[in-house]
Amino acid sequence: MRNVLLVLDGKNIAPRFDLALELLIVSLGNDGKPVERRDVLLARPSAEALCRTVASENVQTVICGGIEKEYLQYLGWKNVEVIHSIIGSSEVAVSRYRKGALKSGDLLSERRKA
Amino acid sequence: MRHPGVLQLRDLQINLIHVLDEIPIGVCLMSKERRIIFINRALEALTGFSSSECEGLPCSYVLRFNNCFDNCPVDKAQELEGCVLEGDIINQANEKIPVRATFAPLKDGAGEISAYVETLDDLRQACNFDPARINPFSFGRIIGRSPQMEKIFQSLPVLSQLDAPVLITGQIGTGKDLVAEALHHASSRARNPFITFRCGGLPEVLVESELFGVEKGAFPGSGYKPGKFRLAQNGTLYIAEIGDLAPSLQTKLLNALDAKTIYPLGSTKSFQADVRVIAATSRHLSQMAQDGSFRNDLYFRLNAVSLHLPPLKERGEDLRLLMDHFLHARASLLNKTVSGFSDACLKTLQQYGYPGNILELRHIVEYAVGLSRTERIELCDLPAYLTEDLTDLDAVPPVLDLPQPSVALSAEERLDWSAVERKMILDALVKVNGRRSRAAQLLGWGRSTLWRKMKHYGIVSTKVPRK
Repeated sequence: MRNVLLVLDGKNIAPRFDLALELLIVSLGNDGKPVERRDVLLARPSAEALCRTVASENVQTVICGGIEKEYLQYLGWKNVEVIHSIIGSSEVAVSRYRKGALKSGDLLSERRKA
Repeated sequence: MRHPGVLQLRDLQINLIHVLDEIPIGVCLMSKERRIIFINRALEALTGFSSSECEGLPCSYVLRFNNCFDNCPVDKAQELEGCVLEGDIINQANEKIPVRATFAPLKDGAGEISAYVETLDDLRQACNFDPARINPFSFGRIIGRSPQMEKIFQSLPVLSQLDAPVLITGQIGTGKDLVAEALHHASSRARNPFITFRCGGLPEVLVESELFGVEKGAFPGSGYKPGKFRLAQNGTLYIAEIGDLAPSLQTKLLNALDAKTIYPLGSTKSFQADVRVIAATSRHLSQMAQDGSFRNDLYFRLNAVSLHLPPLKERGEDLRLLMDHFLHARASLLNKTVSGFSDACLKTLQQYGYPGNILELRHIVEYAVGLSRTERIELCDLPAYLTEDLTDLDAVPPVLDLPQPSVALSAEERLDWSAVERKMILDALVKVNGRRSRAAQLLGWGRSTLWRKMKHYGIVSTKVPRK
């Protein structure tokens, strides 16, 4: 079982780890298929609270947008994999992660003509 | 009546992109739907995104400005015909940068909003670097009171004024990044970009494209990438872990330093780079230069001006200073009333070896402040790896199943390194009352090395029941 935490802004990955209020925790079975999905709402945006949730929920991977170096290092010390600077849909992120094809900096959303 | 020069200027065909690129503060043009149309070179340097990468993306996903999420400045700009806000952004290098942002709507002939323009001014210099703070005990955000650091603080103002490349050496977590940043902020290039690039763990082609840039179409499907040298134009490029740079790129970097000419990947056209390079490594570059894994000439070029940062365990009184500094900074950030350490906690922290240096100390203290529920940090608030062995072994004195180490070695044993090593381990264990982590410290080994060797020599500790 592997727990993946996604930091959300609606249906998309939130641009900033420290300002997000919505989380999605997906538990993947040994075959890589989602076993359980849970939405978590934080009372207020806080990177510290998010780090505590990562620890208490036994999360192995965090998928997020911009994250401050301090928290990236902290989670690294806790042996939590952080895939950061993701722009785009959380569903696409989960699907790519399951295929082992998600890496930091990936752009998952379609650009629209500005 | 307008000045004739202004009228002439109005009729000129001006390349707007070129003009915006030369402006030293970040400029972003966005559509009515708040999607990026263009960002200038200064904003590319600040955010880490290239203009082509972020074209068409929602502005909040690229700029990551904190006010975007609860106090959208574009809404304000619509109401007020423009607004100025201070806040922070998080860039691609995971740095939180304080900025002053200005927003204004661009209107067409009919007065309808057709786009927005936003400027972002980097406030790091104003927030972090106060020249008044230059004294023998600090420089920029680096603090220390030990004689080694005092010497460094005295040399930093001089080094910052030189425009030559600088090599910073020191173990992981000794503060090389902070020193590089402080050198930039104290230099005449301070108003221009400070760009960081880490060579470690990246494939050679990626390092080359990131560092020197890529011409559009250099290889199938490749787009334009400005490269760190272009982004750092007129400023400073900080290359971390330069010891990991591939030999072919060492040659290219040497050419860039000597001729100040950069050839992007796939381009025959060069550009002149006015960039100061600060390099850092935790490796022994002199040794690498001797054994041929690092170019001698590049090493000599970089090492002409060099700075070595001592490990934390050699900084004596700085340990306490840094502990208090991180404690107060974290406590104030979390609005906690934690004001000090208990005696037992202090003793543990002062006895620990800090292989991760200041970075490790900072994480330990921040973790402890986060957990602490009292005014003083107790032993139980520290990360488990610092205390578990000590408490286990304090409670349960080990019984060693080997002869007493005081027994003199025989002549044959003296010739046998294994016997000597075994005796060293036993002596160390006896000296520290069986505390394995203290024994490892005494022997200058990691705890896992000690445990492996104890297992190898059959030194077993048997737990006795608590009384």
